Amino acid sequence: MLHIVACIKQVPDTKIIKMNPKTNTMDRRTAPAILNPYDAHAVEEAVRIRNRYGGTVSVVTMGPPPAVKAIKKCIEIGADEGYLITDRRFAGADTLATSYAVTKAIEKISKTNPVDLIICGKMSIDGDTGQVGPGIARRLDIPPLTSVNKVVEVNQEKGYAIVHRKFEDGHEVVQSTLPCLLSVEKTINEVPYSTFPNMLKAAKYEPYIWSVDDLEDVDIKQLGLKGSPTIVSKVWTPSKPEGGTIFEGNAKEQVEQLLSIILEKKELFTVKEES
Amino acid sequence: MDFQDYKDIWVFIEEKDGVIAPVSLELLGAGRKLADKRASNLAGVLIGENVKNLASTIFEYGADIVYVYDQPIFKHYRTESFMKALLDCSNKYKPEIILYGATSTGKDLASAVATDLPTGLTADTTELDVEEETGLLLASRPAFGGNIMATILCKKYRPQMATVRAKVMKALTPVRGRMGKVIEENIALAEEDIRTKVLEIVKETTKKVRIDEADIIVAGGKGLGSAEGFQIIHRLAETLGGVVGASRDVVEAGWVPHAHQVGQAGVTVTPKIYFAIGISGAIQHIVGMKNSGLIIAINKDSEAPIFESCHYGIVGDAFEIVPILIEEFKNALTREEVSHVREV
Repeated sequence: MLHIVACIKQVPDTKIIKMNPKTNTMDRRTAPAILNPYDAHAVEEAVRIRNRYGGTVSVVTMGPPPAVKAIKKCIEIGADEGYLITDRRFAGADTLATSYAVTKAIEKISKTNPVDLIICGKMSIDGDTGQVGPGIARRLDIPPLTSVNKVVEVNQEKGYAIVHRKFEDGHEVVQSTLPCLLSVEKTINEVPYSTFPNMLKAAKYEPYIWSVDDLEDVDIKQLGLKGSPTIVSKVWTPSKPEGGTIFEGNAKEQVEQLLSIILEKKELFTVKEES
Repeated sequence: MDFQDYKDIWVFIEEKDGVIAPVSLELLGAGRKLADKRASNLAGVLIGENVKNLASTIFEYGADIVYVYDQPIFKHYRTESFMKALLDCSNKYKPEIILYGATSTGKDLASAVATDLPTGLTADTTELDVEEETGLLLASRPAFGGNIMATILCKKYRPQMATVRAKVMKALTPVRGRMGKVIEENIALAEEDIRTKVLEIVKETTKKVRIDEADIIVAGGKGLGSAEGFQIIHRLAETLGGVVGASRDVVEAGWVPHAHQVGQAGVTVTPKIYFAIGISGAIQHIVGMKNSGLIIAINKDSEAPIFESCHYGIVGDAFEIVPILIEEFKNALTREEVSHVREV
């Protein structure tokens, strides 16, 4: 039976979030916390693979206690178990420190049920890096396969998986040994509406909650802010360019002025050649 | 870690079918500036099979040194094999900074290398600078969902690494015959050591939207209200002979596919004319289009930030303005053709 772990993150909905113009920081109160949309596809893919071959889907996340809500969302999608690692000592982690902490959680989960496949979303919408997935793979010393937009086969018995990796002008078909880590594109699947039984299950579900002390062989120096090589030195709004000329007049007059500018670039439009 | 040991600026050279990715040439341009500021060398790291001959191009675009790993095992990009080569090179020659294109390959490789070194890695950088005295890399990128820029530092580790967006840096004009030093390297790596195999490479034959290659882009935002409203973007693009672009919100709402998305999480574009219609102008969008030749904004909200990043703007309702624009443009073109015929 396959054991698939999906790594997920609870994020502020960056579409809604407002910035505090005085401090240049995110005003988190203005945005609801949601399951990172890319991770929903990771969980959905894990569920599909489990439904095809049999097995268990576990989700794991690092975050503050309210991240339980994101785990419940994954149970709604169809995951079986959820693990939250939460501790002040994790706070301020960059991608390197995050991959370290999540790896420690996966190692612990593996002790009772060895993991065959790990699936991550392409990136998170608040961090936008896509670096944590490959980082986890390196730490576990398993092959990372990024940009995956199709899972062709997972063969536990023979110990391999075949996937499509998308690149700029096509895709490649890659075979990897198991276990391996996939980070998946949004296009890999569509996440359907949750079923009623799953919603009931999610409402009642209580995930495993672990602190640093519940994990094993943890080097505290590699956690959180202390374990993060990168720091944000400043946030700033780019100097505004002068700003454009705003056309005056009614709609028609404005369009005429615009058109005279555009038509100066005639060479772009006169595609008709003299034959 | 003695920082004195770490010098030179490196660019990972991405190559496919014997061609260097444009972003790698752009990074050589950006890297040259950093290297000059630090009075150090600029090096390209070239990994592949039968790639040695590309070194001359890398010198012409500004490098002083090219490290080459030219072995059959590098025929296809694979994280494990490429990572081992780059780690080998980095551990041996100790660069101060390594830059990678923020492509699928560049991001994949950089993430793996950063974990193994270990060191800090800044993703999707759009601005680069270096402190002349200390060699500290200042890597800036839109952050927190793209509403603001953040400058990210890696003070305690070397090398410092960043992936950099395509089309935001400028390649130098190549200097014919410019030479440098080729350093050929080799690593003992057997096929059995690599746990992944590329079974097949499938090129997309269907014509795909490549908004990064278009001369004219008509982009729409959530100000258009609905997928139906967004249709006027398609109509204007068709009239002008351009392609359709979109803001992140529009793509997330599913009005158009992701291939049309302009901005930090989408494509960086530099068309000759860029229309931003019903797009408010979040920083994450602006960084993806600000180098366009002519930026024209149409928005109902006169306070929208897009008006600070455009060359020309119309404050008005897109549903009123765009149909007039389509009609007037068609009329104007007809007149042009007529006058053209007369001249003949």
